[in-house]
Amino acid sequence: MSLLEVKNLSVEFSTPDGTVRAVNNVSFNLEEGKTLAIVGESGSGKSQTVFAMMGLLATNGTATGSVKFEGAEVLGLKGDALNAIRAQKIAMVFQDPMTSLNPYMRISDQMAEVLIHHNGISKYEAIKQSVRMLDAVKIPEAKNRIRMYPHEFSGGMRQRVMIAMSLLCQPKLLIADEPTTALDVTVQAQIMRLLADIQKELGTAIILITHDLGVVAGNSDDTLVMYGGQVMEVGTTEAVYATPTHPYTQGLMSAVPRVDVVLDVLVTIPGNPPNMMNMPAGCPFTPRCRFAIDKCVETMPELVKTGGDSSHLRACNVAVEDLV
Amino acid sequence: MLNYVIKRVGLAIPTMLILIVFSFLLMHSAPGGPFTSERPLPPQVLANIEAKYGLNQPLWRQIINYIWGILTEFDLGPSFRYKDRTVNDIIEQGFPITIKYGGWAFIFAVGIGVPLGIIAAVRQNTWIDYFAVGFSIGAAVLPNFVMAPLLVIVFTLWLGWLPGGGWNGGDFQHMVMPVIALSTSYMASIARITRSSMLEVLNSNFIRTARAKGLPEHVVILRHALKPAMLPMISYLGPAFVGIITGSFIIDLYFGTGGIGIHFVNAALNRDYSVIMGLTVLVGSLTIAFNLIVDLIYAWIDPKIRY
Repeated sequence: MSLLEVKNLSVEFSTPDGTVRAVNNVSFNLEEGKTLAIVGESGSGKSQTVFAMMGLLATNGTATGSVKFEGAEVLGLKGDALNAIRAQKIAMVFQDPMTSLNPYMRISDQMAEVLIHHNGISKYEAIKQSVRMLDAVKIPEAKNRIRMYPHEFSGGMRQRVMIAMSLLCQPKLLIADEPTTALDVTVQAQIMRLLADIQKELGTAIILITHDLGVVAGNSDDTLVMYGGQVMEVGTTEAVYATPTHPYTQGLMSAVPRVDVVLDVLVTIPGNPPNMMNMPAGCPFTPRCRFAIDKCVETMPELVKTGGDSSHLRACNVAVEDLV
Repeated sequence: MLNYVIKRVGLAIPTMLILIVFSFLLMHSAPGGPFTSERPLPPQVLANIEAKYGLNQPLWRQIINYIWGILTEFDLGPSFRYKDRTVNDIIEQGFPITIKYGGWAFIFAVGIGVPLGIIAAVRQNTWIDYFAVGFSIGAAVLPNFVMAPLLVIVFTLWLGWLPGGGWNGGDFQHMVMPVIALSTSYMASIARITRSSMLEVLNSNFIRTARAKGLPEHVVILRHALKPAMLPMISYLGPAFVGIITGSFIIDLYFGTGGIGIHFVNAALNRDYSVIMGLTVLVGSLTIAFNLIVDLIYAWIDPKIRY
């Protein structure tokens, strides 16, 4: 049994202009202590996938399919049953540390309430544990700084606070939704190293959502590439990076600038992400795909094995050999 | 903090002076005067009366005398219309009445408006939300000069439950209708402002974080969302509070409550210069005071604001 088993997860939003399908039949497994990276551009449905797992969808959103955590279904849980999973079993770190902490509350109150609520300990004890956790994420002078408000911390420090807060109940799974997007590059590296250290120490499994392939490379066991709410390619990070077998993944890889090659123009994938209101019937990547054939317009291909590696799957109508 | 308060009070003095000078000039630029009537007084008599009230002096002299009177003796001058009554008398008599029903109207408006707005936001697009929105639109299009006679028709003429007017020391029966008539439109505005700011806060990232932490919904709302959602309401409440406790012409007119509200219009029509000025000074100083209080409450709620 895997720690997390997601099967045919779909997310739909009902809007005044009709139903929008943001996530379409996404399936994946995650083992204890491993890291899965979900990669894709904005609007590919990667954030909505994890929001659905945490019951954090907007009120007009519905999720279907199955999400099993330690063998128990979590999709569709409500109220206390849902709150017992949140923070205790699955915790989350959000994209923008500037707005994800409550600006009107001291860090001490925001952290302590998690422990008071879930573990029923005294405030004094909760703050003591919170200080220890801030020490663990390398916040200097944690004992004094815990009394401060979020605006008194820098962006990187706030993200450390967010990470410390998410780890208070020692969850088995930490979801990091673009944890470094809002931070500058040197701080990004520090935060990624921090997450790696935590994983080594606590054995936490991590779902890392990002659109930065550089962040994925050194920090994940598996990679799942999403586009237009669909899984395009999934496999071990090694396999996906060494032999990308989907035109979209290949496009993403060639768009990463390299320090050892002089470029006049940055490589891009021409076109724009699809309009979710008006999804094509077939593969959503068709309009931007160099290799698209007639079949792509009508049918979305199944995820099937590719290469020798049994975990490496791709969803493409065009044979790997023809992608040149 | 203390420095800031001192600075603000210091700033209030020139503000009040400017207010007094402007009101004085505006008032005197309006045609007619307190002793103009349909049958003109003989010029000799008029000159005598004007001399008695100091109206024959140049305008700058009158302004200085007026300000001097306030500063030295807190004397707002004699009424030009009501013989033997000073402006201080009029305010001392009417203001306690106005504060009493205005204060209750304020408590009523906030006590119902705020919870209604919160519940409407939390239960967005349910019947209670539609009720709250419908109620605030209804109250907004039903001004108090319609509200007051409607109440009298229903509760006095039809049901006979409540007296149609009077004050009687402000007992419960005489207060009900003035309080309702005065508070409904404020209540509606408060509910609307609270609802929209609560909705905005509930959609913010830090509320999502609070939910992801597994906190029960009532903790998310009361602990995390309430304070920031109150900010726009508080900036509305400062001026609204002054408006509400200085009463209303309509209320005093319909219910004969005897508050100072009635003088706001009557004094202007009568060109009762000193009463106009007295009320202006009263409302002006209350407005300045409550704006300061609003700013201090802001600093208390928002840790980013430090004076």
